Amino acid sequence: MSQFLQISDVTKTFETPRGPYPAIQHCTLSVGQGEFVTLIGHSGCGKSTLLSIVAGLTHPTTGGVILDGKEVTSPGPDRGMVFQQHALLPWLSAHDNVLLAVEEVFPSLSRKDQKDRVMHFLDMVGLIEAAQKYPAELSGGMCQRVGIARALAMRPKVLLLDEPFGALDALTRGHLQDEVLRIWQKFGQTVLMVTHDVDEAILLSDRIALMTNGPGATIGEVVRVDLPRPRNRRVIVGMPAYHDLKVRILEFLYERYELVS
Amino acid sequence: MRSAIPIEKTPATSRARKTVVPAQPSVPPRRRQAPLGEIVLPLVGVALLVGVWAVVSQLAPFLPNPVQTVTKSWDLIRHPFFDRGPNNKGLGWQVLYSLGRVGLGFGLAIVVGIPAGLILGRSSVTRKMWDPVVQVLRPVSPLAWLPLGLATFQAATPAAVFTIFITALWPILLNTSAGVQQVPPAYLQVGRILQLSRRKMMTRILIPAALPHILSGLRVSLGVAWLVIVASEMLTGGVGIGFFVWDEWNNLSLEHIILAIAVIGLVGLGLDRLMLAAARRITNQPLG
Ligand SMILES: Nc1ncnc2c1ncn2[C@@H]1O[C@H](COP(=O)(O)OP(=O)(O)O)[C@@H](O)[C@H]1O
Ligand SMILES: [Mg+2]
Repeated sequence: MSQFLQISDVTKTFETPRGPYPAIQHCTLSVGQGEFVTLIGHSGCGKSTLLSIVAGLTHPTTGGVILDGKEVTSPGPDRGMVFQQHALLPWLSAHDNVLLAVEEVFPSLSRKDQKDRVMHFLDMVGLIEAAQKYPAELSGGMCQRVGIARALAMRPKVLLLDEPFGALDALTRGHLQDEVLRIWQKFGQTVLMVTHDVDEAILLSDRIALMTNGPGATIGEVVRVDLPRPRNRRVIVGMPAYHDLKVRILEFLYERYELVS
Repeated sequence: MRSAIPIEKTPATSRARKTVVPAQPSVPPRRRQAPLGEIVLPLVGVALLVGVWAVVSQLAPFLPNPVQTVTKSWDLIRHPFFDRGPNNKGLGWQVLYSLGRVGLGFGLAIVVGIPAGLILGRSSVTRKMWDPVVQVLRPVSPLAWLPLGLATFQAATPAAVFTIFITALWPILLNTSAGVQQVPPAYLQVGRILQLSRRKMMTRILIPAALPHILSGLRVSLGVAWLVIVASEMLTGGVGIGFFVWDEWNNLSLEHIILAIAVIGLVGLGLDRLMLAAARRITNQPLG
């Protein structure tokens, strides 16, 4: 069975001055079209490495990634990436950061249509007012929203999120989670997200892939989140299924693969 | 276009800066100085220097004292732009001729140094290939190139321009290369995801990200170029502030030489301020 996004037996060994370091080994995961899948694991286990292989920014040592029937060999706008540190270009305004992406992906659109597209996506993340501001003038949460708008404006087949809310305070994080959920529902966007926050994973995901610790980390278990959608964080925390799921994930992360430090 | 970037930092912006802009040197907040510090203290410094000079000139009879210096060079101070033939021009002309050579050599160094620096910064193969060459040539006094320039061009002015070009090249080249190497990898990843062409990667990502480094390289190299032009003109002759100094030495006119030293210093200061102002305008932030 071939899925929309298929990660097959991916291994990545980094060459370091102290010899080869096998970061991840034999990672296999498939994501269906429109599905929201989360990778969760301890910090340093290799989540970003795996996501960056899907993005095409890193080449796997062995194994491969197939997206929509085509093998991933290089980065491309069909995989919109949102970075943990937003990675907005500081010399461009929020508007121009998104415009740079739109120009590249939709070169045949007229200038006006390109700009309309930029404003449409800034509007979607609630940033119309801040369009002309520079990243240094925006809060961390606002920068992350611009990053999401930039990724969505490329009309990616899959949205890759690398701990997009990790650097934010709890309140902002909650707002942005709701926003991503709303956008995901509206577009039917396929999403692969990395997080180390169990509640975030349960709130957002259809399935959660649990990663073991490195070196040689792999996907140990994949759990399905059978909570009704649309999900409301206050409602689902009271459900027994939520509790069971959280216990199961925490047990995996903290009892079977506790960080030896 | 970028005038919207505020200089002062709110907590949110300083956090954003810390995470995204390592390429741009962080700037300590400028101290608010009282008028006393701005005007009076520098004047006290100048007065002290003149005082020391006056005392030393009493002890060393060959050295003209401040009053002699001003009276004997009063004509030069009053008429900076007189022109009495090719070997007798006012100080203003001398400075302009020197500035012209510096401008030409500096301009050529920009045209060669920035693209070369971009290539070196991007390609580790090229960097490894050229590193020994650059490391060996960089510490050579640019004046050592002057005879080669004279032999090649058979004329003083192109030889001086060539020397300035060599002088100004290294700081521009090395700073551009360093600036490009320090571009945060995330910016490059954004460019790769967007599949930017080589040219767009340069113009939209690398050059803007490396701009603070490039500009500080330009500032350093203009400063050194002004240092070197005086020496190279002393060796080649013609019209120019360096040759003026040499000529006055042959006339044994130390008063005129002291005046020339002051003029060279003031012009150098002016050039540096000009570069700094241009850099601030371009990047919209104080560079130091
Ligand atoms: N370019 C690299 N070279 C060498 N080691 C790396 C490189 N990138 C990541 N690693 C190592 O691989 C492991 C996984 O890193 P990463 O994927 O960033 O983890 P996570 O995102 O789960 O926190 C870490 O031990 C890290 O030090
Ligand atoms: Mg990571």
